Amino acid sequence: MLAKRIIPCLDIDGGRVVKGINFINLTDMGDPVEIAKEYNRQNADEIVFLDITATHEKRRTVYDIIERTAKEIFIPLTVGGGIRTTDDFRDVLLAGADKVSINSSAVNDKTLISRAADKFGSQCVVVAIDVKRVNGEFHVVINGGRKDTGLDAINWAKEAEQLGAGEILLTSMDADGTKNGFDIEITSAISTKINIPVIASGGCGCLEHFAQVFEETEASAALAASLFHKGELTVAQVKNYLKSKNISVR
Amino acid sequence: MTGIIDYGAGNLHSVQNALNKLGEPSQITNNEQILNTCDRIILPGVGAFGDAMNAIKSKRLLPIIKKSAIEKPFMGICLGMQLLFEKSYEFGEHEGLALIPGHVEKMQFDGLKIPHMGWNSLNFETPSPLLEGIQENSYVYFVHSYKVVCDKKYINATAEYGQPVPAIVSKNNIFGTQFHPEKSGETGLAILKEFIKIKGDIK
Repeated sequence: MLAKRIIPCLDIDGGRVVKGINFINLTDMGDPVEIAKEYNRQNADEIVFLDITATHEKRRTVYDIIERTAKEIFIPLTVGGGIRTTDDFRDVLLAGADKVSINSSAVNDKTLISRAADKFGSQCVVVAIDVKRVNGEFHVVINGGRKDTGLDAINWAKEAEQLGAGEILLTSMDADGTKNGFDIEITSAISTKINIPVIASGGCGCLEHFAQVFEETEASAALAASLFHKGELTVAQVKNYLKSKNISVR
Repeated sequence: MTGIIDYGAGNLHSVQNALNKLGEPSQITNNEQILNTCDRIILPGVGAFGDAMNAIKSKRLLPIIKKSAIEKPFMGICLGMQLLFEKSYEFGEHEGLALIPGHVEKMQFDGLKIPHMGWNSLNFETPSPLLEGIQENSYVYFVHSYKVVCDKKYINATAEYGQPVPAIVSKNNIFGTQFHPEKSGETGLAILKEFIKIKGDIK
């Protein structure tokens, strides 16, 4: 049976992990490679690196991190942040990423999805969608949540699928950071209306939230960041809990 | 030395990284002479079937692929496995390498997401040297939208996704994995390790 995936996400700035990492036994708490290895030991199904480096010059550091990670762990690696062209896709994939996540750049230029899918295959094109409720509607927001595009999130997800996206990484800006649980409403609405996998993100605060998102929506995977980074839960704990709920995990 | 055939496909380095981890020397190449000296060959692949076959033909790799597949252990991964078969119906109809009888067609199951993406468990069907020491129901990483259809005698393992999907196939010394062993954690590395151990000329 296909397993539900548990995915830790690391924010990287200038080659270092930002947001508090709270593991013991790591030689370098800021090194994304060390942290990725730890999550691999915890049986994570994939790793996501989100590069939030603002300056272009420092952006090269992420390629080095991808290369070093790909030599150490043998699970899928998704890299996002600042990808604007198919050349960016190529650089990240050649460094050793398996999938590339695009967000604002896909909204600004929809053909990036289809051009990347044509060149490198849909399997590596992840369209990240940040969603916010505006007057009872689900709007797509970009630029890190700062700009409301007015686009309907469900329609945008459908369009991304048609353009050749292989997967949707769906983050609820309303739920993100609340620890009140994944946004079941929007995750369910989108995951039942498209035929490509949806990764649910934002709002997870405890074990029960993982079970809830898999029981009440069609999400294929759940992503969390600070929950894992702060050591509140390990990936292994999440999986053991899901197993006890008869949810298929690796 | 393992030769990794370079026909312009992606994920070449992933395969090489995994072989490095296993201490197996490898070379990514499309040079016929180098491929001739290799002990075994891996045909990787992501992307579309027709594009891959066109690239193989335009780089004049067909003769060395067919020769290698007779002489030494030969493994196709993901699209590389699908290429081993006679024909694919991905975006039209394309001739494959025809090293194993069978064809490739779109997966279509009601209510299941396509691509078949993620970790799925292996059900063993017929014995394979690749599965030596591997536990049944071990999880491996898949990402594909097309599947192989062939005689069950060539199918060593399947994964359940609406119906049994061929996951490991073989004929003589030709092997294929629909999943990515280089992205399948410890289980994937163990399967690659078993491939490296295989001596050629299995009949």
